[in-house]
Amino acid sequence: MQVVAQAQRVASPSDVGNRWLRDAIGLALIIAAGLAGYWLFPDNLALLTRVIAVALLVLSLDLITGYCGVASLGQASLFGAGAYAAGIACVNGVTEPLTLIVIGSVAGAVAGLLMGTIMLRAHGLAQLVLSIAIVQLFHEAANKASAYTGGSDGLAGLTVSPLFGLFEFDLWGQTAYLFGLALLVVVFVALKFIVSSPFGMLCRGIKQDPIRIRAMGSFVFPVLLKMFVISGAVAGMGGALAAISTQVVGLDSVSFELSANALVMLVLGGLGSLYGALVGTVIFMGFEHIVSAINPFHWMTMVGALLIAVVLAAPGGLSGVLETLAGSARRSKGGRS
Amino acid sequence: MQTVLSIAIDAFAYGMALFIICIGLSLTMGLMRVVNLAHGAFAMIAGYIASYAARDLGLGYAVAIFLAIIGTVVISIPLERLLYRRIYGRPELTQVLMTIGITFCIIGITNYFFGPTLKTIPLPGSLSQPVDVGFKTIAAHRLFVMACGIVVAGGLWYLIEKTDFGIKLRATVDNAAMADALGVRTQVVYAVSFAIAIGLAALGGVVGAEFLPIEPYYALRYMVTFLVVVSVGGAGSIPGAVAACLLLGAVDTTGRYLMPEFGNFFFYAAVIAIVCVFPRGFFGRAQ
Repeated sequence: MQVVAQAQRVASPSDVGNRWLRDAIGLALIIAAGLAGYWLFPDNLALLTRVIAVALLVLSLDLITGYCGVASLGQASLFGAGAYAAGIACVNGVTEPLTLIVIGSVAGAVAGLLMGTIMLRAHGLAQLVLSIAIVQLFHEAANKASAYTGGSDGLAGLTVSPLFGLFEFDLWGQTAYLFGLALLVVVFVALKFIVSSPFGMLCRGIKQDPIRIRAMGSFVFPVLLKMFVISGAVAGMGGALAAISTQVVGLDSVSFELSANALVMLVLGGLGSLYGALVGTVIFMGFEHIVSAINPFHWMTMVGALLIAVVLAAPGGLSGVLETLAGSARRSKGGRS
Repeated sequence: MQTVLSIAIDAFAYGMALFIICIGLSLTMGLMRVVNLAHGAFAMIAGYIASYAARDLGLGYAVAIFLAIIGTVVISIPLERLLYRRIYGRPELTQVLMTIGITFCIIGITNYFFGPTLKTIPLPGSLSQPVDVGFKTIAAHRLFVMACGIVVAGGLWYLIEKTDFGIKLRATVDNAAMADALGVRTQVVYAVSFAIAIGLAALGGVVGAEFLPIEPYYALRYMVTFLVVVSVGGAGSIPGAVAACLLLGAVDTTGRYLMPEFGNFFFYAAVIAIVCVFPRGFFGRAQ
């Protein structure tokens, strides 16, 4: 039903205008928040760049979990594939940052194709477990192939050449941060187009009722696999960005912990909303940073308490809360007019 | 030949230790439909209690196990009342989020009170010596673990298939509203099954401490292993859990014996292969 309702909503011209306006405002807010971060926390740019890299990972997870209904606890394998591909390319003499990002996203897309092919064979819990097994296999493989990946020491000392030959990647991470922010904005706009395209609508339809979509004449598997590839490309970009900005690729970039954290951030922000993915990432990583700065011993307890509180107080995630508020505001306004 | 035998015995004992812990999780997931990722955290709590009772208070091993089970169940009751009851029947992701949160909290609190060191549970003399079983000498502790596993499997099968409570439990699982209307007190059934599951986790945590050492990050470190075992076996199925534990125990032990440098590689490769062939697990029920 909702699919049809959404399709009708798209058809109304004034709503299309509204949507464009809303997206433009949202995008402006993201850029503003990014630049505010640049001016307000000049000493923490490395952390903020890390937030952007992880945000790309969470966005990619949102594509398959929020829009397609395929839960994954193994998304870090895509992130790690991008990070290692960029790192290995960099060690072997490809140092142009944009090329490295492209290499990372291609590697992520290939990994996404592989992961999707395996994961889409199962449903529900088995699917979740498959995703865990995949990330653990990637982890062991990265650990074992130490000739290429540096094993548990990781790849260190990646030297990236200046962006466009002009902007050096400096010690304070200013270039890396602005580069990451620009990348995030471009990816966000592209994803906004993808999820509101007919293909994105089809994915949402599959999430709600795959049998009905099949009955309507679409093939479910190729659609979901395509989304997996897109998701892999985005996560791979995040991995490559992390590799470029920290100049190190370690085993933690392909760990189960990172995948689990990404899922937590996504659910915290709200599934099925690109803004939710960003908000969740910023809040979770900010919270983690602050708590571990106050008392490194307690961050786990506090993060755990935060998770429980979110489930009890805001089951739809934080963007769900915002939507409920916006919805009630709209209703009361509609009532008055 | 000798190597094959030692691998087989180690694999069997490890598989049984896994089974005792995982069967509780399998019950909560298959029967109560709750993805309880905090299951390992309860096994860890039991390990700490047993370690405290046996080492610091100097109580006997049997008493320590008993105290650990009772203590863990007592700790879990308020959690079930306050937190778990709100996520019954909710989407899987919500349950994952909540139970990961509970795990984090338990890990943080344990770390704060007991420190980040490994806790040992001293074995009594009768369990720490080797026993000659004719063709080979085996550590008595391993035999004890195997015996516990077999008793747990048999006991649970009897409880679920043959007793009055088992009938009520299966009725509640199949159709809670109908069972409620027929006079089954479903809330009580849920609470009791939850307590049984936690008690088994506690038993497994203490008995299996030789294989899965007790430390603050225990819950997180083995969370994935437990989840994997349950889904390979098929949630809610006792024979499935036995088969999965034995097979995965065998794969893991053989891999570690013969090719230790590959770590968990074979374990997870086997998991992918099995789940691709049996998406519902070995004996999983159609949902």
